[in-house]
Amino acid sequence: MIRVVLPQHLRTLARVDDEVTIDVRGPATVRSVLDALESQYPVLQGTIRDHITQQRRPFLRFFACEEDLSQDPPDAALPDAVVNGVEPFLVVGAMAGG
Amino acid sequence: MSAVRVLVGTRKGAFVLTSDATRKKWDVNGPFFGGWEVYHLKGSPADPSRLYASQTSGWFGQIIQRSSDGGKTWEPVGNKFVYDGVPGTHQWYDGTPHPWEFKRVWHLEPSLTDPDTIYAGVEDAALFRSTDGGQNWHELPGLRGHGSGASWSPGAGGLGLHTILLDPGNSKRMFIAISAAGAFRTDDGGETWKPINRGLRSEGIPNPTAEVGHCVHRIAMHRSRPNVLFMQKHWDVMRTDNAGDSWQDVGGNLPTDFGFPIDVHAHEPETVYVVPIKSDSEHYPPDGRLRVYRSRTGGHEWEPLTNGLPQRDCYVNVLRDAMAVDSLDSCGVYFGTTGGQVYASSDAGDSWAPIVRDLPAVLSVEVQTLP
Repeated sequence: MIRVVLPQHLRTLARVDDEVTIDVRGPATVRSVLDALESQYPVLQGTIRDHITQQRRPFLRFFACEEDLSQDPPDAALPDAVVNGVEPFLVVGAMAGG
Repeated sequence: MSAVRVLVGTRKGAFVLTSDATRKKWDVNGPFFGGWEVYHLKGSPADPSRLYASQTSGWFGQIIQRSSDGGKTWEPVGNKFVYDGVPGTHQWYDGTPHPWEFKRVWHLEPSLTDPDTIYAGVEDAALFRSTDGGQNWHELPGLRGHGSGASWSPGAGGLGLHTILLDPGNSKRMFIAISAAGAFRTDDGGETWKPINRGLRSEGIPNPTAEVGHCVHRIAMHRSRPNVLFMQKHWDVMRTDNAGDSWQDVGGNLPTDFGFPIDVHAHEPETVYVVPIKSDSEHYPPDGRLRVYRSRTGGHEWEPLTNGLPQRDCYVNVLRDAMAVDSLDSCGVYFGTTGGQVYASSDAGDSWAPIVRDLPAVLSVEVQTLP
């Protein structure tokens, strides 16, 4: 069971109050976590990564275990602490504005 | 008794304003989709309880929301807008080719007869249609593909398709407008399109009378005369009497013919409303006085409408999709400002009062007249 923390606007869109938990089949990677997340919450399709290119949207980043995973290859293995549910996988919206 | 529902899109959410036919006392509901830009929301003429909204964000992209109860509750529907085939390029600000990239939905236009059919005008400019209530979207590629698409370039606000007019007497005919490409018409349900910009003159482009390249801000139609269109161009207020085959300047005595919205009285096809703005580099009313101008002669002769509107120190703008009319008798006229006010007139513009004063910047205003 992998824990995922979403930014507030995506929690509202997915109609969840807190972090969500998802089952990932096979190796836990950014790609497989997002695949499972979008499968469980189809309304999130297109909001975190582009529908077609699957590229991360520019103003979002991925963190876990105090590390920025945003630039990692999407099929790189996630840290064990995320896989074991000890630490959450964070989808973070960039701070922007004034 | 009849009622009015005003649908307001703002920089930070949507609001639904309702009143009975007296239009004296208003209920304000919202924000819906708080924190998101709502470029536009509009109700289906075939089913007034069916509403659609374009919710967008620089962080999270595009969401389309649908309501089946007049805006009380909403559900997200499809948000996948993919250009047909190989998208190709349009012209960038510096004249270089730039790949077509979907950014957001500027305008939603429900079918006149089917609540599940809706058109979406998007940036970068293209026209999409859904026939299943917004779940799935497909481009009508004949518009971008008609020949001039590669030469279209964005206006300051982007390359947006912002106006969609459906001909109530001819289901195969519709009009669209794009900043800064111009106006286009289809006579075969969207399969093929032709530019309809003859008579437009834009000094800021290399060929002022080019077939495309004009920064059309808004077009309006009276449903009883779909061949007569009124246009607020970047500069110039224009009119056509032949469905866009040729246009004439009807700016007449306006203090400035720059502006964004334009609309037509619900019962008087020759009565037209605009909001003059000082210039393309100073997006506020001349002299700090917010004035709607009304022509009862289809253009040329315009009168300022000021009763109830601020006549000093007012420096708001009124955006292209932020004016609408109801179909009560007498006709109500509504507009929203970038300062967050929504003004209403229940006497065709003779007097005005704010419904709300302190919303986020208003992007769009639509009105439903309910039985």
